[in-house]
Amino acid sequence: MPVVASVRRQQIINASADDVWAFVGDPTTLPQWFPGVQSAVVDGDERTITIGAGIPLPERILTNDPILRRFQYTVTGGFFRHHLGTIDVFDLGDGRCLIAYATDAEPDVMALVIGGAAGAGLRELKRQFESGEHDDTASGRA
Amino acid sequence: MGRRILFITTDQQRYDTLGCNGGLLSRTPVVDGLAADGIRYERAVPQSVVCMPSRSTMLTGQHQATHGVWMNGVPLPVDAPSVAAVLHDAGYRTALIGKAHFEPFLDPFERFNENRVASLGTDTIEAPQYGGGVGPHRGFDHLRFATHGATGYLHYAKWIAAEHPEAIGDYYSVIDADLEVNAEGLGDTGAPQVKHNPIERDWYHTDWVAQRTIDWLGGLDADDDWFCWMSFPDPHHPWDPPESELHRVPWSDVDLPAGYPESAAERERILDAKPAQWRRWYDGTLVSNYEAPPAWVPAAMTADQVREVNAMNAIEVELIDEAIGRVLAEIERRGWTDDVDVIVTTDHGELQGDFGLLFKGPYHVDGLMRLPLIWRPAASAAVEPATVTAPVGLIDLAPTFTQIAGVATPEWMQGAALPVSDTDAQTRGIDQQLTAWDSELFGVGMYVRTITRDGWVCTTYLPGAVHDGTEGELYSLADDPLQRENRWDDPAVRSLRDDLVAQLRASLPPEHEPRLELEAPV
Repeated sequence: MPVVASVRRQQIINASADDVWAFVGDPTTLPQWFPGVQSAVVDGDERTITIGAGIPLPERILTNDPILRRFQYTVTGGFFRHHLGTIDVFDLGDGRCLIAYATDAEPDVMALVIGGAAGAGLRELKRQFESGEHDDTASGRA
Repeated sequence: MGRRILFITTDQQRYDTLGCNGGLLSRTPVVDGLAADGIRYERAVPQSVVCMPSRSTMLTGQHQATHGVWMNGVPLPVDAPSVAAVLHDAGYRTALIGKAHFEPFLDPFERFNENRVASLGTDTIEAPQYGGGVGPHRGFDHLRFATHGATGYLHYAKWIAAEHPEAIGDYYSVIDADLEVNAEGLGDTGAPQVKHNPIERDWYHTDWVAQRTIDWLGGLDADDDWFCWMSFPDPHHPWDPPESELHRVPWSDVDLPAGYPESAAERERILDAKPAQWRRWYDGTLVSNYEAPPAWVPAAMTADQVREVNAMNAIEVELIDEAIGRVLAEIERRGWTDDVDVIVTTDHGELQGDFGLLFKGPYHVDGLMRLPLIWRPAASAAVEPATVTAPVGLIDLAPTFTQIAGVATPEWMQGAALPVSDTDAQTRGIDQQLTAWDSELFGVGMYVRTITRDGWVCTTYLPGAVHDGTEGELYSLADDPLQRENRWDDPAVRSLRDDLVAQLRASLPPEHEPRLELEAPV
């Protein structure tokens, strides 16, 4: 049996990879698309998010690579013995992109909790980009 | 002024736990009385044997494939069809009191309405409705939620925290430090999910649900039409009824259930004749779903543990029966009895020792699939008492409610109003029920489809983690009521099997598009 639970969610978004990356690669935008996150404060490679009932959750940013369009972080508090979150934005070459959000966690259940919420977050991103909410700030159109 | 509806559900209750269904362990005079005055269904089948999909079927009147909630942890879309919304729009006052579970419990982000409403302090939440517009959450203008214990976001947990904080720790902890279903045994025998709970009986969630129902009824005008879904969290595990009530059913006096083969060799012989997931779960080599403790190995369960679980379950069933009696007394006091339809059922069953197993999973046998269902029609409807043997389903509840209310049944409901007799069932062609299971847990996929028809239960398996798609189960309900002899490969019933499989495949309902995502473990 595998020892680390892994959950992945993904969406194809009818927007350019550069535009989507410009938004999700900014670690302060999380409350605008991830459900239940009330705030995100970034200080260097430390990010502290506040969830649901006002509970703060400290995180460390591990990767923020604009060439790969990859963002990785780990939750350093709460229930986790291990956590790695990875967001990738892939250019599909036709004006659309694929965004994938992977969550590896121990205890296993937390992979489902975070990964499940991430799926809702990606659906919200798709809604925002495809409804034009980001048109004013999208790269090349600002 | 029309017929009012008191819809009573329990959670994970077996058919044979009621006296009117032949149960000997619990005393259930209130529900037995409803059955004597009304209609008792002998083959009521869930469309899913887990909570969220089954409850979503009750609310929407749709199969799991169509409403899309394919497993616990998949939230029912907030704008899904709802029979409560239909009744609300028809002028009914509507309440859901107790366990809802259309949305996941494990929700640290508090992003689901069910987990937010108690904190908001409002009666309901305005939310998108099926077909457009906004209205009360899923059609209920009064929400008071509870589940198995005293922690979390729901009304009952907040009430305990405010009124009796010393009792929070009295309950068994359903999940362990790893947030998995707890395997610990805190009773006399070490049976999982059992605890002696020192909580005062009046503070226990069963009585809380009944009292909140009475409170809501008390606020209604005499001529209001109303639909009240009173939903008890018990007798679902944990089995931790108030300690003061343990005298009711001493576990050491309990006979082993008929479904529990006392010989390990016999258990293993029976399990080995079934598809692979049965024996693998029993041996502790397969965890296919979140609903049972992964650290618990059924093969290690003792006969005394089976006795203790059954005793604790029976005590919880008795407390529910008495709570229902209190609510019916309030209805009588208000002078409504002759105009109230009472329906009592549950969302799915519990293995409770059958085959040496507990809890639930991808196992489509009577322990999980044969449900208590009683309908005591309003006296004003002049329906004769009856026993119905035709297979009916929880999918039939929603159209029953609309029929009672005199409201047109929406086209999106896939069931039929419950028959009031076998003749009625025959006339209307009510002769089969479908049940489905889909689970995907960390790479372990399990997909099961079942038809109940003509006195047989026929189960097929789609390809998944331990099945190649050729496996199946076939049981005669008359000849093999404990489902111990799998006749899937019996040449003598091959043509029957082929007919049932063909009928099952021809009856599969349309699927929700897009497929909904698993958003939490439960």
